[in-house]
Amino acid sequence: MSDQKSKTAEIEKVFLLGNEALVRGALEAGVNFASAYPGTPSSEIIERLSRVAKERGMHVEWSSNEKVACEGATAAAVAGLNSLSAMKNAGLAVALDFLTHASLTGLGDQGGSLVVVVCDDPDAHSSGDETDSRWQARFAYAPMLEPTSVNEAREMIRYCFDLSREYGCYVFLRSYTRLSHGSSIVELGPLPEATVGQAHPDCNAAINPYLGKVHHQLALERLDKIKEVFEASKFNQHFGPEDAELLVIASGNGLSCGQEALGMLGLQDQVGVLKLATLWPFPLDLVRKHAKTAKQILILEEVDPVVEVLVKDALNGTEAAQVQVLGKESGHVPMGGEITPDRALDALSKITGKAYQGPSEAYQAKLREVTDDLLISRGLTWCPGCPHRGSFWALDNAIKAEGGEVFVTGDIGCYTLDVFPEGKCQMNMLHAMGSSIGLSAGLGQMHKFGWDKPVVSICGDSTFFHAVLPGLVSAIYNQSNLIHVVLDNDATAMTGFQAHAGVGYNAVGDDAPRIDVVKLCEALGVPVTVADPFDLRGTTKALRGLMAQKEGVRILVLRRTCELVRMKAQKTKPHKVVVNQDKCKGEECGTCYSKFRCPALLKDPETGKAGIREDACPGCGVCASVCPFKAIEIQEVAK
Amino acid sequence: MSLATDPYNLIVCGVGGQGNILIARLIGRILANNGYYLAIGETFGAAQRGGSVFSSLRISKTRTYGPLIPKGVANLIVSLEPLETLRMLSNFGNEKVVTISNTQTTMPVGVLAGRNEYPSDQKLRAAIEGLSQKALFVPATDIAVELGAPIVSNIVLLGAVLGAKLLPISEEEVKEDMRSTFPAGKLELNYQALQRGIDTVA
Repeated sequence: MSDQKSKTAEIEKVFLLGNEALVRGALEAGVNFASAYPGTPSSEIIERLSRVAKERGMHVEWSSNEKVACEGATAAAVAGLNSLSAMKNAGLAVALDFLTHASLTGLGDQGGSLVVVVCDDPDAHSSGDETDSRWQARFAYAPMLEPTSVNEAREMIRYCFDLSREYGCYVFLRSYTRLSHGSSIVELGPLPEATVGQAHPDCNAAINPYLGKVHHQLALERLDKIKEVFEASKFNQHFGPEDAELLVIASGNGLSCGQEALGMLGLQDQVGVLKLATLWPFPLDLVRKHAKTAKQILILEEVDPVVEVLVKDALNGTEAAQVQVLGKESGHVPMGGEITPDRALDALSKITGKAYQGPSEAYQAKLREVTDDLLISRGLTWCPGCPHRGSFWALDNAIKAEGGEVFVTGDIGCYTLDVFPEGKCQMNMLHAMGSSIGLSAGLGQMHKFGWDKPVVSICGDSTFFHAVLPGLVSAIYNQSNLIHVVLDNDATAMTGFQAHAGVGYNAVGDDAPRIDVVKLCEALGVPVTVADPFDLRGTTKALRGLMAQKEGVRILVLRRTCELVRMKAQKTKPHKVVVNQDKCKGEECGTCYSKFRCPALLKDPETGKAGIREDACPGCGVCASVCPFKAIEIQEVAK
Repeated sequence: MSLATDPYNLIVCGVGGQGNILIARLIGRILANNGYYLAIGETFGAAQRGGSVFSSLRISKTRTYGPLIPKGVANLIVSLEPLETLRMLSNFGNEKVVTISNTQTTMPVGVLAGRNEYPSDQKLRAAIEGLSQKALFVPATDIAVELGAPIVSNIVLLGAVLGAKLLPISEEEVKEDMRSTFPAGKLELNYQALQRGIDTVA
C-alpha cells in the first residue's frame, strides 16, 4: 500500500486500486492464508498480499493452477484459518471441479473461513472470453456477492469472511475489470494486530461419497438460511422515489452507469434504483417488494442477463407479474459486453423518450471525417527484445520450409499474440490453459485417419506447470505423433512476471526449489532438445530436424529469459545496435521492420531505410541476424 | 482553483509502457488528498505490448462517479502520443475539450509492416486542433531526451498540464507526491523534467 493517507478526514481514507481495496479488507478480516494462480484482472490481489505476508504472519503462494490454489485455501480454512483464493473467470472454470464438491462438505467446525474472489473481464479486455462467473454460484451451491464500487469492495470482502465463518461454507466475491483495475478513495477499517493463526489438527471435513445426496440437501438448506440474511442485507440498497413507475435494478458497474445516465437525463428524482449486491442466493422478496409499484423495471448488468432472469423468476406468479422487465432479453441493453454509461443512457432513452444532447451534429460530422481518414489501429505485439519474436520467426521459417503443411496449436500467454495480425499467425487452434498439448495429442492420432501433417503444440513455462503436464503424459502414454515446444522465459509474463515453479523463488521472494522443465521432460522418457530462440538458424534447424522424425512425442525447450525480467534485474543494454545506412537496401528489402517487426525498429519515411529507436531498443541484437545484407550491426557495450 | 465542470473528466492516454498510468495515479492521489471525490478507470492487461492505453479520471466535489466517461464528455485529454489524442477525441471529444499532446510519435506495428500509413504531422495536428477548443503540443520526449532520460517524457507532459493551469493541483503538491513515491535518487531529474514541462506552457 504505497498510496498516501488523507490529511484531514476522521476516518482514514486512502486512494486504492480495486484489488488493493480487496486486499485491505482481507487484511482487516485477519486473512492467514492466500493462494492463487495469476490471471488478469485478479493478479494484484495475491501480489499485494505477498508484499505484506511476512509482517502479517501469513502464508501467500502462487500455486500451479487455480484448482490447486483453491484446494490449499480450503484445507487452511478447514484447519480453522481465514483463507483467500483469487482468480480470473477462466481460472474459476479450472477450480470448479473441486469447488462444486467443497460447497457440499462445507468447511468443518474449526471456525475457519474461505473467500473465493473471481474477477471477470467483461469485454474480454485481457482474456480469451468474457464468461460470466455469476452463473457459477448457482451451479456450485455457493453464496456470491458483488461490490458496486472500490470503497464497497473493502467492506464487502470483510463481510464475506464473516459470512463464510458463520455458515461454514466458502463465499464467492465477484469482481470485474472496472472494479479490480479501477481506483478510488477507500475508507479504512481497523487492522487487527498481526498474529500467526492457529491451525487445528483435529479438523475433519471428509465427505463420504455415498452421502453426496445428503450433503446436497444440507447445502441447499444452508443457502435457504443465507437467502434470508441477504433479504435484509445492508449491501442491497434502494435510492430515489419509493413509488416510481420505472425501477432500475443494477448490479456491479451497472449502478454507477445507471446513476450517471439518470443524472444526464435529469431523471434521478423520477426513477427508483435498487442496487443488488447479493447475487446468490437471490433476495426474491426484496425484489418483489420494490417491484410492487413499478410498471417497468430496467436491469443494468454486464455480459449475460443473469439478474434479469432471476428478477423475472422472482416476479412470476406474484401480483407484480405484469411488470415489464426490460434489459438484455428485451433488447434494451445489448447482450454480452460491459455495461457503460452510454449503454445505460441508450436504454433509458428508449424507455422514457428523453434524449441526451451530446456534441453538435457539425462536430460529430467533422469527427467522422477526420477519424475515417486518419485513425489507424495500434495492434498488440511482443515487446522489443522478446524471446517469442525469435521463436515464432524460427517456427515460421521451419513451416515455410515444410511447404506450409504444419498444424500448430497454441496456448495462453504472451506468445498468444501470434494470432494477431502483427504476430506470425501460425496458430491454427487456440483455447484454454494447457489446451495446446491436449489438442495436439488428439491431432497426433490423426495419422490413423489419413492425416499427414506434422503437429506442433506451443506453451509457455508457467502454462506448462499449470495444465500442460497431464496432457503431455497422456500424449506420451498414447504414443501421439507431435512436437511440443515449451517457450521457457522464466516468468508468468503476460500477467505481470509472477513467480512459478520453474523460476527458483516463490511469491514472497524467498528461494524455492526450481523445477527444471528439461529434466522433467527427460524423466518422461522422450527426446528433449534445447535451443536459444535468438539463435534463429539453430532453432529453425532444430524444428526441421524434429519435424523430419515424424513419430512419437518430441520436445523442444526454447530457453531465454523474458526481456522485461532481464532488464529489471540487470538494468543494462548488452549491445548498441546500429543500422549501416550504406548497406541497408530500404524498402526493396524491409525484412527487419516489415517482417520481423520489432517495435524498436524504424523506417525512414523518405528513404525507406531502417533505423533503431534508441529509447525502445533493449540492445538484444537479434535483428542483426534477420538482416540479409548484414546492415544491422551490433556493438558490445562496455560493462 | 475550482473545476470548470462537475464532474470534470480527464483522460491520460498513450502507448503501453509510456507511463500514462503513473501520472494518472499521481494526479489522482493529489486530488484525493485535496478533498475531491475521484475514480480512475483503466485497463492495463496490454500495458507493455504496444497497445493503446488510457486512464479515465472522474473528478468531483460532490460524489464518486463511476470509472467510465460517457461518450463525448471529456474536459481534458493529456496524451503521450498524438495519434492516441485523436483516438480519444474520436470517443470522448466535444467542442469544449482541451488537449495536451506530446509531439513524439510511436509507429503502430501495422505501419512498420506496411499495412497502414501514419498520418503526416501536419494533418494530424490540424485534425487535433480542429476537434479541440484548445490544443497544446509539447515536445515532451525531445525535452526528456535532452535531459538524458526519455523515460521522463511523462513527467515533462505533467509539467505542461501544471503550466496550463486547468487542474486544481500545484507544482509543490506534485513534488510532495514524488518525494513519497519516487526513489530519492531520481527526484532531481524528475523535478527538472517537471520544470521544463511547465516552461513550455508558461
